[in-house]
Amino acid sequence: MAHIQLPDGLPGIIGPLTFSPETAKPLLELAETLLRGPNTLTSAEREMIAAHVSYRNNCDFCQLSHSAAAAAHLQGNYDLVEQIKANPEAAAVSDKLKALLAIAGKVQQDGKQVTSADVARAREHGATDKEIHDTVLIAAAFCMYNRYVDGLGTWQPLDREAYREMGEQLAREGYVRDRFQDSQKAAQA
Amino acid sequence: MVFSPETTKPLCDLVQVLLTGLHTLTPAEREMIATYVSSENDCYYCQHCHGSTAAQHLGGKDADYEFISEIKKNVDATSLSPKMKALLNIAGKVQKGGKQVTPADVARARAEGATDKEIHDTVLIAAAFCMFNRYVDGLGTWQPQDPEIYREIGQQTSKLGYVGRDYKKPLEAIAAKQGNRND
Repeated sequence: MAHIQLPDGLPGIIGPLTFSPETAKPLLELAETLLRGPNTLTSAEREMIAAHVSYRNNCDFCQLSHSAAAAAHLQGNYDLVEQIKANPEAAAVSDKLKALLAIAGKVQQDGKQVTSADVARAREHGATDKEIHDTVLIAAAFCMYNRYVDGLGTWQPLDREAYREMGEQLAREGYVRDRFQDSQKAAQA
Repeated sequence: MVFSPETTKPLCDLVQVLLTGLHTLTPAEREMIATYVSSENDCYYCQHCHGSTAAQHLGGKDADYEFISEIKKNVDATSLSPKMKALLNIAGKVQKGGKQVTPADVARARAEGATDKEIHDTVLIAAAFCMFNRYVDGLGTWQPQDPEIYREIGQQTSKLGYVGRDYKKPLEAIAAKQGNRND
């Protein structure tokens, strides 16, 4: 049971976003900009950073939903997403993404854990200032979203299949208004 | 924040909604939550900006700054209300990890009169500052050590909020004051 009264049947973050529309607006805008805005990192790469940090924070809803979104951006390649989540260094991704995921993992622990060697490694593999900035901010933001979802004790389904459709919808339509309005209508029904 | 205006907008909008405006928790109380979490995360810049803003909301005197320092050292030993102590306990748990918040922590806050909205906002302020602290520290930003700079930041923030600000103004104001002193 959640720590506060949330509408029934809304998983993870959807309940709190419905409870508090004034804070939902900037939270969803931030996610949309970070994960789907114009960027030299693909949405798949950015969703993988989100999923990896959420996995490290042991947040079920966030890691499953963003894994599903990453997989949807990769035509359903769940195997690759699972590899990246659990052990990025061994995954079949670019050296640049591995270096950025290492930075994200450090941010997840504590911002001060990011060293100049971590940043140098990312630059060596072609990461730009913006890509490093955005990796740090995505990792930091998911340390917020994970704590929000877990800190309120929200209901979080554990079955990966429950997130497949959500992932496809996120990849197709993103984080702002229309999808959120569907949840508000569902809550009022 | 100046480097990345597209992400700065929702970040400023979020902190504006969370920390300013009409609420059953005062702006001072909400800034205290931000300050406490930033102190637990050992983020120098954030704890001093928000600590100063909290102190300014309380009146801006040295005693107000001292009170904020006491909160950072030991919440339960301060003269804060039992409700604020219970909410800061929740914030401290969120700082460690969302799953650290127990039903007993929430029951304690409710027993002292906290509403669902106050609990929700406490969790979200704490969570948001776990983001801001990591953002500031993760990029290895310059974090001034001069207390006058933070006093100026607190004065401007407590009056103007977080949206549509020129963030260089506090530094310019300090430079002007120091220039006048040298004349």
